[in-house]
Amino acid sequence: MELLGLYHYWVFAILLMTGFYAVVAKVNLIKKLIGLTLFQAAVFLLYISVGMVEGGDAPIFTADNADSLFSNPLPQVLILTAIVVGISTTALGLAIVVRINEVYGTIEEDEIQEIDRR
Amino acid sequence: MSGADLIIAAILLPLGGAVGIGLAGRVSDNLRETVTLITAFLLAVTVWNLAPGLMAGERPGFTAFEVVPGIDIAFRLEPLGMLFAALASSLWIVNSVYSIGYMRGNKEKNQTRFYIFFALSLSATMGIAFAGNLFTLFLFYEMLTLSTYPLVSHKGDAATVRSARVYIGILLTTSIGLLLPAIIWTYVVAGTGDFSAGGILEGKLGGPLLGLLLALFVFGIGKAAVMPVHRWLPAAMVAPTPVSALLHAVAVVKAGVFAVTKIIVYIFGVDYLFSTPGSGWLLYAASFTIVVASLVALRQQNLKRLLAYSTVAQLSYVVMAAAILKPLAEIGAAIHIVAHAFGKITLFFAAGAIYVASKKTELPQLSGIGRRMPWTMTAFTIGALSMIGVPPTAGFVSKWYILAGAFQSDNYVAIVTIVASTVLNAAYFLPIIYMAWFGREATEGRVEHGEAPWPAVLALTVTAALTILFFLFNGPVISLERQLLEVAA
Amino acid sequence: MSALQPHLPALQVIVPMLTAPLVALLRERQFSWLVTTAASLCAFAVAIALTMVVLEQGTISYEMGSWPPPFGIALSIDAVSALLLLVVTGASSLALIAGATSLQAQCESDRQPLFYAAWLLALAGLCGILVTADAFNIFVFMEISSLASYVLVAGGPDRRALPAVFKYLVMGTIGATFYLIGVGVIYLMTGTLNLADMEVRIQQVGEFQPFLIAAAFITVGMALKAAIFPLHVWLPNAYTFAPHVVTVFFAACATKVSLYVLLRLDFVVFQQNVGGHDVQFAYFMLPLSVLAILIASAVAIFEANLKRLFAWSSVAQIGYITLGASLISQAGLTASLLHMFNHALAKGALFLALACLAMSVAKLRVDEIGGIARRMPWTMAAFVVGGLSLIGVPGTAGFISKWYLIQAAFGAGSVGIALIIIILISSLMAVVYIWRVVETAYFGEAANDEAREAPLAILVPTWIAVALNIFFGLHPNLPVELSSRAAAVLLGTGP
Repeated sequence: MELLGLYHYWVFAILLMTGFYAVVAKVNLIKKLIGLTLFQAAVFLLYISVGMVEGGDAPIFTADNADSLFSNPLPQVLILTAIVVGISTTALGLAIVVRINEVYGTIEEDEIQEIDRR
Repeated sequence: MSGADLIIAAILLPLGGAVGIGLAGRVSDNLRETVTLITAFLLAVTVWNLAPGLMAGERPGFTAFEVVPGIDIAFRLEPLGMLFAALASSLWIVNSVYSIGYMRGNKEKNQTRFYIFFALSLSATMGIAFAGNLFTLFLFYEMLTLSTYPLVSHKGDAATVRSARVYIGILLTTSIGLLLPAIIWTYVVAGTGDFSAGGILEGKLGGPLLGLLLALFVFGIGKAAVMPVHRWLPAAMVAPTPVSALLHAVAVVKAGVFAVTKIIVYIFGVDYLFSTPGSGWLLYAASFTIVVASLVALRQQNLKRLLAYSTVAQLSYVVMAAAILKPLAEIGAAIHIVAHAFGKITLFFAAGAIYVASKKTELPQLSGIGRRMPWTMTAFTIGALSMIGVPPTAGFVSKWYILAGAFQSDNYVAIVTIVASTVLNAAYFLPIIYMAWFGREATEGRVEHGEAPWPAVLALTVTAALTILFFLFNGPVISLERQLLEVAA
Repeated sequence: MSALQPHLPALQVIVPMLTAPLVALLRERQFSWLVTTAASLCAFAVAIALTMVVLEQGTISYEMGSWPPPFGIALSIDAVSALLLLVVTGASSLALIAGATSLQAQCESDRQPLFYAAWLLALAGLCGILVTADAFNIFVFMEISSLASYVLVAGGPDRRALPAVFKYLVMGTIGATFYLIGVGVIYLMTGTLNLADMEVRIQQVGEFQPFLIAAAFITVGMALKAAIFPLHVWLPNAYTFAPHVVTVFFAACATKVSLYVLLRLDFVVFQQNVGGHDVQFAYFMLPLSVLAILIASAVAIFEANLKRLFAWSSVAQIGYITLGASLISQAGLTASLLHMFNHALAKGALFLALACLAMSVAKLRVDEIGGIARRMPWTMAAFVVGGLSLIGVPGTAGFISKWYLIQAAFGAGSVGIALIIIILISSLMAVVYIWRVVETAYFGEAANDEAREAPLAILVPTWIAVALNIFFGLHPNLPVELSSRAAAVLLGTGP
């Protein structure tokens, strides 16, 4: 049962590998990017899930809850930054795909290679 | 000027000369050649000025700077290096005179580039001669390889480039692949790479490993052309003749055998190497090279290729003499560097003069040429006799000392090799001489020609005279190299 | 200066980072170039000042906003960072000085200010990685520099740059994410992100299994970013199709900064704390380095596109760097770090020379530069010296690192002998691929009659790089001193 108890790790691993599979196996560049986003999201979840303390409150200090149990706020802060990074990466990736589509007229990787080989 | 200043001057003079030649080349050809000659002359004066102090027992030296802790650029004067520097700098004057005649007579292109790189290679040669440790030696050794590449590939056509590729390929491969690890190994084992009397390896490396290190050095110094790393020398025959003379007599191959001798004397230590089993193979390798290269020379039809293989054999004389590991033989090695230089430069000058005057390169064409070019062929005859070792030529002196060294240690392999190779040398040189003087000129395709341009004839006359004079007046050189004997003992 | 002195570590990042938006607002090409170059030179000056302080006093610690670590963000600069700061800012400045002319031919005028802004962001990111003492900050800076460098590479005029960048982006992101996972695992176990703090707390945890997993994630992730064989597939095309000056900048330093992260985490954080990690690291890196050196050199020999040829050569040279590190000895790490410095010099000079060539020979293929040396003598002379440095001919910077590498291998016993043979073989392979180019350029059939010598604006920086190659070949005290100290820092035996 202990294995299932750590279910958030399983979610992390499954999401990670699903994303990774898409990045490696898909030839469509948009699908690759979707895979990449999933891949990153898995890591975000890992961080946030471990920041949770069982029975803990949201870490907001007020005068009367100074001695109650809080969840760890740091991972959320970190992941906020990481999400910004992830969004920028995705945006840049999509921009490149748009440019590729303009120049090559396709976003399938094999077709692009075919065009370049000619 | 002190000794150290003179050493710096000797290395920097040709560098400055190269710049001067480049600038003068834009003004006029005459000015450029004047600069070359003046530089060559000044260099010879500088180097010769070092001799009196050396004879008096001074050993000027200095560390230019420390590259990394333990590894310096350092220079030190010693008898072997003095001899080599004096030889190279003096022959440069003669060679420059000859170059002017040859390059103009042949209407070669890019002459300024030719003179610039010639001066650069002389600077590298001075660096090798005065190097005070292995690192400095290696630095200038590579500089010499690189600065002679444009000379060898001077013509720039496809065949030349291919041969030049062999030249630089073999020299760089051996130096980076074998010499560099040997040097680093020495530094690691001995903690230093300084050339010092009696060697630096005694008690630090022994047995088969010492033999291996020696092998790395000898084959790593590809310029010494011990078989099988001799291929670059015949390949480099595509170069203009003054370059061949530079390669064979003035600098390149001499730098090779000089480095081998110097490393045996000052790194391994003659006595230590002699007492260690596992170093005897060098003698056999050198003997093998001498005999095989002579046999190959016997079969050549192209004059310059024949001379190239003759050089391969003669170089191994020096290596073999050094490998006899007896003081007298080490002197023989040093003297043979000089003796062979005089003889071989004469032969190459003659071959080049024949080419300039008649465009002839193959042996059968030379029949009867002695009557058209008496000066040239007289010089050629003297050079050839010196190669064989007939008195009164320089070749006899060095052979005498090498034989004496061989008898010192009852080294019959060396003795038999010397005898055999003398016979072989005679077998390939005498027919040429006979044919040139007494043969009949072919009637078809006859070209009316006389001697080559006068600077070329002058140069080869001078070197032929030196070949004979060295037989008569070798006292100072011998006494200089006896100091080497004190080092070796 | 003295008032600024304590804040140098922060300035190292802040100067380029704050100049970047400013440059993006500028609409004038020349002016934006001027501001960018000035900012980069400023960063270079800061790096020099920092190096001097490090050489005098050892490690510099700096607390952002005076918050003490592990709560606040700490910056820390030791010999390792100083060495690479010099390389990064120096390469950036030199490439920028040469860049105006070269870029004008490759990028439209109105896009150039944005291009320069991206350049500054990349520079800020790279500097940030080097100065920070916080594992998560490294991730953020890494992504800043990566995002900016995707933009820079995509700025090339060739359409093939786009698929190349896409590949680069995907692989780079995966690498960074792997790194993030590794850092996450360490954070789970130790509750800290400060590198120095991690080192201490890992010992207290006492259980090694999770750290080995973290080390694996971080090593693989950084190997992706550093283009360690066989994870190098993004590099050749990205280098080939990037604008020439970008290639100069990246070839000299981008992968090296990832290697820095790899070494710092593997050596400082894991090595002394996690039992058996050094052996694992060596077993993992050594064979890969050897393969990288041999295979990439072999590919370079048969490559016709000059930029790709040298991109492959970079993969091989990265192999040298990891080879030295995998010996896990003072001598090996010194050689490795020294080679980071010297390889940056050699490759910088070579790619600058290629940028000069590209002014006349647009396609930069071996068969198109026949006889070009007669028309562009200075460019090709620079190329020859850069090439000699890459081969490791004495008198050039490349020789010094090769000397140290071979010396380190001598100290590694019987494996070392095999390594020496491999190093020498690959040096000879370098001779082959350099010489093929040199020979064609000097003796080939003249393929291009209109070629003219490159303008001085780009020729001068090229020759500065060449002169540095020779200078540090004869006076290598500074890099040698820094690298040996840096090696001591990494091994935990020195300050």
